[in-house]
Parts: sequence; C-alpha cells; structure tokens
Amino acid sequence: MNRVIFSIRSIRSIRSIRSIVAATLLMIAFSVFARGIYQTDEAFLAETFKGEIPKSQVVWVKGDLRKAINDILGHRYAGLRIRYWHKDGRKAWILEEIGKDQPITFGIITAKDKVEKVTVLAFRESRGGEIRYRAFTQQFDDAQLKDNDLDRHIDGISGATLSVRAMTAIVTLALYLDKFTSQQS
Amino acid sequence: MKFKRTLLASSLLLAGAVQAATPTNEEIWALLQDMKGQMDQVQQQNQELKSENDKLKLKVEATEQVAREANETAEAVAVATEEAVKSAALLSDKTTIGGYGELHYNNLDGKNGASDKKEVDFHRFVLFFGHEFTDNLRFFSELELEHSISGDDQNGEVELEQAYIEYDINQQHRVKGGLFLTPVGIINETHEPPTFYGTERNPVEKNIIPATWWEAGVMFSGEIAEGFSYDVAATSGLNTSGSSYKVRSGRQKVSKAEAEDYAYTGRIKWTGIPGLELAATVQYQEDITQSNDPTAGSATLFETHAVFERGNFGLRALYATWDLEGSGPKASGADEQTGWYIEPSYQISKHFGVFARYNEWDNAAGSSSDTEYEQIDLGVNWWPHQDVVVKVDYQDQDAPAGKEQDGFNVGLGYQF
Repeated sequence: MNRVIFSIRSIRSIRSIRSIVAATLLMIAFSVFARGIYQTDEAFLAETFKGEIPKSQVVWVKGDLRKAINDILGHRYAGLRIRYWHKDGRKAWILEEIGKDQPITFGIITAKDKVEKVTVLAFRESRGGEIRYRAFTQQFDDAQLKDNDLDRHIDGISGATLSVRAMTAIVTLALYLDKFTSQQS
Repeated sequence: MKFKRTLLASSLLLAGAVQAATPTNEEIWALLQDMKGQMDQVQQQNQELKSENDKLKLKVEATEQVAREANETAEAVAVATEEAVKSAALLSDKTTIGGYGELHYNNLDGKNGASDKKEVDFHRFVLFFGHEFTDNLRFFSELELEHSISGDDQNGEVELEQAYIEYDINQQHRVKGGLFLTPVGIINETHEPPTFYGTERNPVEKNIIPATWWEAGVMFSGEIAEGFSYDVAATSGLNTSGSSYKVRSGRQKVSKAEAEDYAYTGRIKWTGIPGLELAATVQYQEDITQSNDPTAGSATLFETHAVFERGNFGLRALYATWDLEGSGPKASGADEQTGWYIEPSYQISKHFGVFARYNEWDNAAGSSSDTEYEQIDLGVNWWPHQDVVVKVDYQDQDAPAGKEQDGFNVGLGYQF
C-alpha cells in the first residue's frame, strides 16, 4: 500500500516538476535582457554628441579632489584620473561603481551644473538590474549638487539597495566633477 | 634701431657743427672712425644675441622633448597602474566576504503566567562568503552563529542558511542549486539589521511564513518583462510531525532532513515603479509531516506583500496564510494559520527614522477558541552610518488568556 502511495506521489511530483520546467522554458522564450552590456561606451558617446565625439579630456585625481571623491563614494577611489568628453557646454562621463560585488558602468551627461540624463551602460550583478529602466533613471533628470550631495531624495528599489546606492553616489560624483572642471577652465 | 639713432644724432651734430664752424677733414675722419667703432660694436652685440637665441631655441626644443617624454611616461605609468589596480581588484573580487550582526537587549514584563524576558543576547553573527568561478557561475553562502555560543547545553547554534551554486542560463535567467532562502515575504531574503525597523524581526513573518526559512533544491529566477521578475523552486519540505502542526517548528533546516515529500514554490514580483514592490508567493507542500502522520497531508501557503517608499514616507504591508489538509490539523485548529501586518514609517533625516507596526497572527486560526496574538510596535532607528543602526522600540502585546509580554527592546546592528 505504501509503495502504491509512493508511486502515486512520485508521479504527482514528476508532473509538478514537468509543469515547472515547462513554465520556466516558456518564460525564457518570452523574456527581455537583464544582465550584461546594454550600450557600448562608443555608442553612448556617439548618441550624446550626435556622432561628432570630441577629444577626451582628463581630470587627475589628486589632493583635495581625491579627498572629495573618496567622501562622495564612501570609499577610496582606485583610479589616477577620470576621462570625460566636453562639447558645447555638455559633458559626458563614463564612470564605474561596485553595486554588491560587480562594477556597474554608468553613462552620465551633465550640462550647466545639472544632470541631463543617466544611462546604465553595463550591469553585471545578478540582482538589482531594475535600476537601468527609464522609470528609475529619470529620477536623476535635472538633479543638482547641494552640499556635495544630490538635491533630492531618490526612491529606491526593494532588493536593489546597493545598486541604487552606487548609482546615487556616481551621479553625485559626476555633478561634482562637472563643477570642478568648470572652475578649472 | 640703436644704430639709426646714433647716425641721426651724428648727422644733427654734424649739421650743427657746419652751422657753427666748418669741421676739418681730421675731425670728420675722427667722427667717421668713431661711428665705425660703434657699428662694429652693434654688429658684435647682434651676433651674440643671435647665438644666444639659437642656444635658447635648442634649449626650448630639448625642454619640449623632455616634457613630451615625461607626459608619455606619466600616461604609461597611469595606464599601467590603473590596469594593475583593476586586475588586482578582479583577482580579489573573485572571492567576496560580507556579513551582518545584531546585539539585542530585551526588557519585557510577562503577564498572567507569561515569563519575563530581561536579557542581553548577541542574537546573530553572520558571515557571507561568495566566489565567482566564471562570469556566469558562482557560489554564495551564509554561515550564522545564533546566540553567541553553540554546543551541548548551550543556547546558540551554528547554522548554514545559504550555500548554493548559481548559473546564468542567459542574460535574463539563472538557475541555482543547493541550499537557499525560500522566495517568500519581505524579510526572509533581505534581513540585514539596517534594512528594517524594529529590534526583533516582525512576529508575523517569524511565526507564519516562517522566516528565516531555507530549503535545499533547485530554483529558476529571472525577468519576464520590464519590472516583472519570477522565481520557481522545487525543494525539500517542512516536517511538522509531533509539533502540533505549527509551521515554524516544521523547519528541518536541511539537517538530515526527511525528504519523503517535496515543496514547490512560485513567486512573481513587480518593481516597475521606483519605491514600489508588489509580490505574491504560492507554495505547495506535498505532505507537511513528511508522510509520518496519516491524519495530515498536503499544505498550501499564500503570501502577498507591498513595500512602498516615496520620499521620506515608507509603508510595508504583508498577508500570509497556510491551509493544511487532514483531520489532524483540523482537530487542533492548525488547518489555518494566518497573519498580517502593516508598518508605516517616516525618515526624519538621513540618520533618523520612526515607525509603527500593527501585527496580528494566529497559528490555530481554525479553532473556535481565542488563539490570536496582536502586537503593536513603536520605535526609532538611528543610522550613524548607512550600514550601522541603533534601534529602540516598545512592544505591547495582546495574547490569548492575557499571557503577554510587554516592554522595550534595544538593538545594535551592522552589515558590510
């Protein structure tokens, strides 16, 4: 009797597993991309400057600037310089920051001390990919610097706290660098 | 120029002299000799200047060359250093370490036979270890020491709460196998102390879901549309035999767990709007006693929740209910186990937040007697750093037969 019950249960289990596998395959077939490179650096720059990409410029990360960058990121910045592209008052920044374990690549356009647009160029974490959606990134449009912080609250995404934190820090950094380079020139 | 001025001056002098008195040939000769001497001097100076200029030109070119070389060297050093830092970071990033912990102080007064609880306890000390084998194959684990000391006759225990291998099937779907947290509720998967209000985890998810809950098995996860994610899992199941069918006591913790009957879980989650999460989980247990109790059978869990954050305002709400088949659970009223809570909060500043929570739960909701618990929590979180938190809260219980614990809790927590 026990054997009969076991067999019935086994068949039920197999059917359940089959249903799960079938449902999963169906979802895989009708899905969108979530993890990887969404736009190359070159494509981002070409789109930003309508195909006429200016020569890149460099900010050397030293002295007070290094200290300010470390404060904004909340950790030491590992690079020696930061490259940017400047044309007709608009600056494009390609910056990376770790979310949980992996670096996320952001493309940020700043103009007149404000954020024009933020784009996630590459996302390598297995969680938190929702930050790439325009519904989320548009919160940063027109954001400005206020006491080396953003002038607004950014509504987070549950389960993507570290990705949101990384994005907020990197946009703040882009605004700070925009201001710094304007003062230098 | 100097020469021209001298010549002009001499001519004027000569003109003046002619007017005054006609000079002799000797005087004119002397003047001419003087002028010639001056011209020779000017020529000499000019030659010297030209020579100095040539030398300066050479020096400038040499300096420019040095500057060019220095610039190229600096560029090469910068590139090499950045590459070295990157590759060192990549190497060290292959294996990651993290963790969290929480120290609790409870000062609760028991009423009508409920015990007092006045104790200090390092409730959880947790370490995460992860490793990336390749870009699409990784390992993750969570090892926890509960209540400071484990061992025979000790209060605590060492628990392996997560240990799985995850593989990316493609850019939007992944599969994991091993021991992992069940995809249900708000705090079951995200329970680092700085991420939630209240010293203790809320009693609804603890007693009804039951968090923290992990099983062994296989789980597919991924995205199906913008903001929509899913999880489907086939795992080991609960075993409530000999424990009045209370789901929390059915957790086998994947420790020589009976695997006669399995569990199947599906969750759908929507995070399409910033600050909002809506999710629902359904789980089917083939037999909640692992076929040990003929009067019990299958069980189904339904859970749904919302997490909302807009500006400084936050709201969490959750409802969970179990439906247990069989005459055994029905006889004790455990055929229905239900709970819900609602938790509004307000973040006064980056460092301070206040909350209130109303909880209601019943692990014998099918019985006709009063078995329902209610609890109101009020408290504050102080984050001196975004990853460190100090919590103070007050709890007021309303328990069956008045056996309640009321008082305050204090906590210190961290994550990294």
